[in-house]
Amino acid sequence: MTPLVEVRDLWYAYPALAGVAPEWVLRGVNLQLRVGEVVGLLGATGAGKSTLALALNGSVPQSTGGQVRGEVMIEGLDSKRHPVAELATLVGIVFQDPETQFLQTTVEAEVAFGPENLGLPVAEIEQRVTWALRAVGLNELRRRSPAHLSGGEQQRVAISAILAMRPRILVLDEPTASLDPRGKTEVLEAIRALRSEHTILLITQDSEALAGFADRVLVLDHGQIVMEGNPIQVFEQVERLGELGLRPPEIREFAHCLNRELGASVFRFTDVEQAIEALRQAEVA
Amino acid sequence: MIQAPRLEAIDLWFGYAPERPALRGADLVVEPGEFLALVGQNGSGKSTLAKHLNGLLRPARGQVRLDGEDISGLSTGRLARQVGYVFQNPDHQLFSPSVEQELGLGPRYLGLTPAEVEDHVQGGLQSFGLQSIAQRGPGTLSFGLRRKVSIAAVATLRPPVFILDEPTTGLDWGSAAQLMDHFTELNLQGHSVILITHDMRLVVRYASRVAVMSEGRTVGSGTPVEIFRQPELLQSTRLEPPPIVQLVQRLASSGVEIEGLTVAAACRSFLAGYRVKLG
Repeated sequence: MTPLVEVRDLWYAYPALAGVAPEWVLRGVNLQLRVGEVVGLLGATGAGKSTLALALNGSVPQSTGGQVRGEVMIEGLDSKRHPVAELATLVGIVFQDPETQFLQTTVEAEVAFGPENLGLPVAEIEQRVTWALRAVGLNELRRRSPAHLSGGEQQRVAISAILAMRPRILVLDEPTASLDPRGKTEVLEAIRALRSEHTILLITQDSEALAGFADRVLVLDHGQIVMEGNPIQVFEQVERLGELGLRPPEIREFAHCLNRELGASVFRFTDVEQAIEALRQAEVA
Repeated sequence: MIQAPRLEAIDLWFGYAPERPALRGADLVVEPGEFLALVGQNGSGKSTLAKHLNGLLRPARGQVRLDGEDISGLSTGRLARQVGYVFQNPDHQLFSPSVEQELGLGPRYLGLTPAEVEDHVQGGLQSFGLQSIAQRGPGTLSFGLRRKVSIAAVATLRPPVFILDEPTTGLDWGSAAQLMDHFTELNLQGHSVILITHDMRLVVRYASRVAVMSEGRTVGSGTPVEIFRQPELLQSTRLEPPPIVQLVQRLASSGVEIEGLTVAAACRSFLAGYRVKLG
């Protein structure tokens, strides 16, 4: 089956001053997102994660300029030949700071903004807004001002506004990075509920969030994908992740420490439940 | 060694809007040389309380004392020399056309000689690895780098007390650990550090005491172990201990008794007490 998103050998450099050599932010990235997949993208600050996200709706390079090589195909459309406005109906991107995206005075107007700009009939807009707000558990707050909501609620408004465009592909760029633990839980639960109907790329530093959620994890470093696999395969490389400035799930680090001290690869758990199951069988020394 | 002052907030009341007070009788003591974590949900009053400790905000009621002296008579400038505040959003404190000038701003404002200012600036560039971007405008840098510059700008002043308001947001773990190690070093030299954060893994690794805030009041205080042993407090303030602490607690109810707040400690404790069948 053709992947929904296919990135082939993508190189990108932001515009440089005349006479200055381009600084490649992406250096030969290959990426496929298949229907219904949840893919996690990890990487240190400056690895190129957000640039890659923006390449998935054509904003990079259409809005940013700069130099580009390679291809990004979205549902068979070449991202260089189709306007961002068109690609944005296929790929919805949610950013870290939702308040910078808000333009309207009520939650429902915010969520209706995208569909209105698509020129949809009023009844269709209303139906989409209600659906998109319910999907993130915010229908009760539809008449409130986004400015007066908590961080977790604001981020869910931002997700809802993207959902109302009905994209099949969701790209979430560090959606929980500025939230407190309560907001983080709310947003991750909302994202979980979306997986059955969407293909999701979740960009995050939070390996704990990916451990029980992602089908695949990719690690980006200096513009290149340097690790790829299911969460267990990626997170068991504790030392490699550390070298890349990343923090594996803490429970996985614990398994790694036990294995190292025992001199054998005995434990492969990544979460609390698996760890209890494995460790309760140990005998008192 | 630096001798940091003792800071004390007593029954602070403050509201950005009169009908919704952000602080409702908050108390806090910061002992000289302490590494204190201030935790709680967004809106619980952490930043508001911390901003009272260096006079950025003045209370409607209550008192802040610096070495026993009421600070209401002290100027913000004089307080800034004692208590440095690193803002949550770096863009709220970066104004200069270059990183180098940004780092010199505070020392110049404190009236240091040009030679001393230069010393502070070079020291700051070096300790935070910013030499290569000394001439860049802060506005052209990534969030992670702007974050580092904003911290370096306060660190160059070497105030006896540092308040770090969510300093690691937007930083990867490698940069976050490097940053916190820097402040651990300053703490060992006698500086007090007040760390506002949601990251319990940082709290466990760096703080010796935790103060918990909820709805404008301080509702708990103790070592990380003491705080994580209070399920009701954790529930009511929606704090979540780090995964390894949750595992240690859950293992206890399965009859496996180990201790430790960090991976290394829990690992040692398990291997000392239990035998694992290999193969």
